[in-house]
Amino acid sequence: MTMNATPRNHRKLRFHILRYNPAKADDTPRVQVYELEEAPGMTLFIALTEIREKLDPSLQFDFVCRAGICGSCGMMINGRPSLACRSVTQSFPEDIWLAPLPVFELIGDLSVNTGKWMRGMSEKLETWVHLQQEKLDFTRIEKPMDPALAEEVYELDRCIECGCCVAGCGTARMREDFVGAVGLNKIARFRLDPRDARTDEDFYELVGDDNGVFGCMSLLGCHDVCPKQLPLQTQIAFLRRKMVAQGTKG
Amino acid sequence: MKIVHTDVLVIGGGLAGLRLAIGAKRRGHDAIILSLVPAKRSHSKAAQGGMQASLGNVAKGQGDNEDVHFEDTVRGSDWGADQEVVRMFVNTAPKAVRELAAWGVPWSRVRKGDRTVIINGQKVTITERDEAQGLVAQRDFGGTKKWRTCYAADGTGHAMINAVADQAIADSIPVHERMEALALIHDGNRCYGAVVRDLVSGELSAYVATATAVCTGGAGRVYRTTTNAVICEGIGHALALETGVSALGNMEAIQFHPTGIFPAGILVTEGCRGDGGLLKDVDGHRFMPDYEPEKKELASRDVVSRRMEEHIKKGKGHQSRFGTHLWLDITLLGEKHIHTNLREVWDICHYFLGVDPVKEMIPVRPAQHYTMGGVRTDASGQSATLKGLFSAGEASCWDMHGFNRLGGNSVAETVVAGMIVGESVADYCDAIANAPTVPMGLVREFVEREQAKLAAFTKAGGKEDASVIKGEMQDLMTAKVGIFRTGADLEEAVDKLQKLLVRSRSIGLRSPTLGANPELVTAYRVQRMLKVALTVAYGACVRTESRGAHFRQDYPQRNDAEWLKRTLATWKGDADTLPTLAYEALDVGRMELPPGWRGYGAKDYIDHPDTPARQSAVEAIRAQHAGDRFATQAALMPYEHLLPEYLRGRNERIDERFADGDRPAAATTGQ
Ligand SMILES: Cc1cc2nc3c(=O)[nH]c(=O)nc-3n(C[C@H](O)[C@H](O)[C@H](O)COP(=O)(O)OP(=O)(O)OC[C@H]3O[C@@H](n4cnc5c(N)ncnc54)[C@H](O)[C@@H]3O)c2cc1C
Ligand code: SF4
Ligand code: SF4
Ligand code: FES
Repeated sequence: MTMNATPRNHRKLRFHILRYNPAKADDTPRVQVYELEEAPGMTLFIALTEIREKLDPSLQFDFVCRAGICGSCGMMINGRPSLACRSVTQSFPEDIWLAPLPVFELIGDLSVNTGKWMRGMSEKLETWVHLQQEKLDFTRIEKPMDPALAEEVYELDRCIECGCCVAGCGTARMREDFVGAVGLNKIARFRLDPRDARTDEDFYELVGDDNGVFGCMSLLGCHDVCPKQLPLQTQIAFLRRKMVAQGTKG
Repeated sequence: MKIVHTDVLVIGGGLAGLRLAIGAKRRGHDAIILSLVPAKRSHSKAAQGGMQASLGNVAKGQGDNEDVHFEDTVRGSDWGADQEVVRMFVNTAPKAVRELAAWGVPWSRVRKGDRTVIINGQKVTITERDEAQGLVAQRDFGGTKKWRTCYAADGTGHAMINAVADQAIADSIPVHERMEALALIHDGNRCYGAVVRDLVSGELSAYVATATAVCTGGAGRVYRTTTNAVICEGIGHALALETGVSALGNMEAIQFHPTGIFPAGILVTEGCRGDGGLLKDVDGHRFMPDYEPEKKELASRDVVSRRMEEHIKKGKGHQSRFGTHLWLDITLLGEKHIHTNLREVWDICHYFLGVDPVKEMIPVRPAQHYTMGGVRTDASGQSATLKGLFSAGEASCWDMHGFNRLGGNSVAETVVAGMIVGESVADYCDAIANAPTVPMGLVREFVEREQAKLAAFTKAGGKEDASVIKGEMQDLMTAKVGIFRTGADLEEAVDKLQKLLVRSRSIGLRSPTLGANPELVTAYRVQRMLKVALTVAYGACVRTESRGAHFRQDYPQRNDAEWLKRTLATWKGDADTLPTLAYEALDVGRMELPPGWRGYGAKDYIDHPDTPARQSAVEAIRAQHAGDRFATQAALMPYEHLLPEYLRGRNERIDERFADGDRPAAATTGQ
């Protein structure tokens, strides 16, 4: 959406963008500065698109929904992992620093491969409902579910796999195979779901180690940065208690 | 040259592509999914409001069934839909919701007892039945007689794609992310896969497959103001078009959603109005009842969008610094409802408008929303003209939406079509197992052709800027091929789009490299988008009537006598600047629901000469089988033979319990 600039004095914004294309043999990481006039209601989606259209067609970044729901546009914005599409420039000073999310494989500039990381995590943690029966008859009325429980499951299902929690996590930076708050939250979600046949014994197999819930140092870098405000703090603490109980069971 | 072999190549990792791949894989065929982005980020994620299926669990859905869903959908389509396909769809939708429930979608559930809802601006108490406790709940949506839209709070598409994508992972179906199909490989009769570009490395490869399915979603980005994601550029439509053989159906049928936030175009769900939200004008007056006394805010989308623009033309819009808009008022729903059932709406208003919808009204104006047209297929989902090419979801013209699709019918279509077409693809693979092998020379030729096209962009000489051309196209489409259309505007649009297409053939790049290069991507896509835009504009220009979302001010009547037919567009030659149009008549004599008044919108239309005879034949059949809706339906328009066997059979409801023993056969699926 182009905003027709109204004849008012708009700020000059300076975007300091960490640029690096690992596919180019001779490239080195550097910060490039772009100047842009602010427009009313300008988001980082609008700003970066304008930079690419007018100033630098080679700049790489990812946007899909531009509405804060798909999780594509996580990046470090003034040092904090956030969704770029729903960050409005008005809430920042004139100098805005942008860098790719750490931990994830860098594709180029602000674009990182969260998709590959999330798929790996999903395969490892088997983040799908493990059905209780082989055959289901979908012509029959569905199994009832407690409405409040359905809402609770939905709450945890709201994760958009943006990777902000992983980027904000000290353990994830040190330990390559750590499943992150996103992974622990998924286990909490399937654990809560009565349709999933797995027991705590099964979940313990998946997250009962240092790459799982016992690797978490409870520093809660994740909780504060989650753009969907998932209750990561309580979920991780709860899961840890359950896994400790399961572990001591033998 | 890198070649990847698979049984089934699914282009698109949205709900349709994922569900189709799962179906084919479970029948024993290898499937690979290609996607521009990680599957869960496909635009299916954005669906907020819900999925239609006639479960009839809630009190306001009592009496709902396939027949009612069928009629709503056909009326919604303004009789443009293929009625057999609509029947296949409505019979499968309840099974799809129930399958998704088993796969983990946290559908919102019914609470028994009293609850207060807002209907027509008034508080009303509804009592939910004890038997419904814990079953999947339904909400009200535009254009439906019953409350039929199943939902997971206001993140329905999100929850659906989470579950379906996770099932695809469980089934070990690879998703090749950041991969873009550039061309279909074919010999004019059969499709053999696609030429694919790796968006990270720029490398081209050939994906050779027995069956290829285009599940690439919508084409909203050919417009300036759209609710669609930035990747909804209609490249899948162009893939089919550029074969020169497979056709796009009804591309002029473009839906505009009443409530895009102004000016960004981000959608706030129809659930806002379904749950009781009102549209208001500059004076704070609720204007929809003035135009549509019956359905008011909940007439079908094409009607509401038109009424809104009509009201703005009367000077009743609110002037803001970005232009004119109307208001959506959901304050009357209350804080609790908004924070639990419409939270994504709250988020959007908060982050993108700085508005608190609990207290303030939301600035809205209609925005492009849905592409009814698409790759024309038969009822099994296969192209009639290019064997081995299938399509499902928004990219297809299967054709269950005709000239206007109902809210909630689209995510339902993605999954239902995925279930059905997945079986057709598997049948095709089974049948063709012994067919002659793929002509590798042809594969090489296609890859080299795409390579040469890309190389041409990087050579010096091109003067045109790809993003400028794209911008001009989008402005043109929004200004001239929008909600209100006229012959003069459309002719101008067609003329200018043709010029843009010619200009796009001399695009030059400022950063001329073949690797990861966003400018190169814009360049090759805009050429394809222009062809898609031209099929929309030209189709609209030639269709001299109004039907569903296609509204011609100079031809305001629906004209069944001349236009009860589907537009088929093909692109014959590379040098062409216009598609070739042909038409496929809809057979009134076979319709279960002969054309009539929709129940909302304009009442005057020109009848098809066959309509009165069919109408009396239908009435006679109805009288003959009165009291038995299944027998009536079977006599009017048999369709069950078109469904895969496991999807035949009735659907159980609270009010239509299966007696022990009379459980229909089939209808079980493995996990
Ligand atoms: C904001 C919004 C809200 C909506 N709300 C509702 C609702 O409440 N109810 C409802 O029924 N419908 C709703 N819809 C419509 C519905 O969401 C879509 O029509 C539907 O989800 C489309 O699904 P799909 O699988 O066909 O395509 P998509 O989900 O769009 O997926 C397309 C896939 O194709 C891939 N792709 C595209 N081109 C290529 C290429 N060239 N090569 C490789 N891959 C490619 C993409 O990466 C993506 O994976 C909404 C739509 C919008 C825009
Ligand atoms: S838990 Fe939150 S921060 Fe982490 S991936 Fe999910 S949505 Fe993003
Ligand atoms: S609490 Fe700390 S260590 Fe644990 S997942 Fe969150 S950020 Fe990482
Ligand atoms: S682009 Fe989808 S969340 Fe930002």
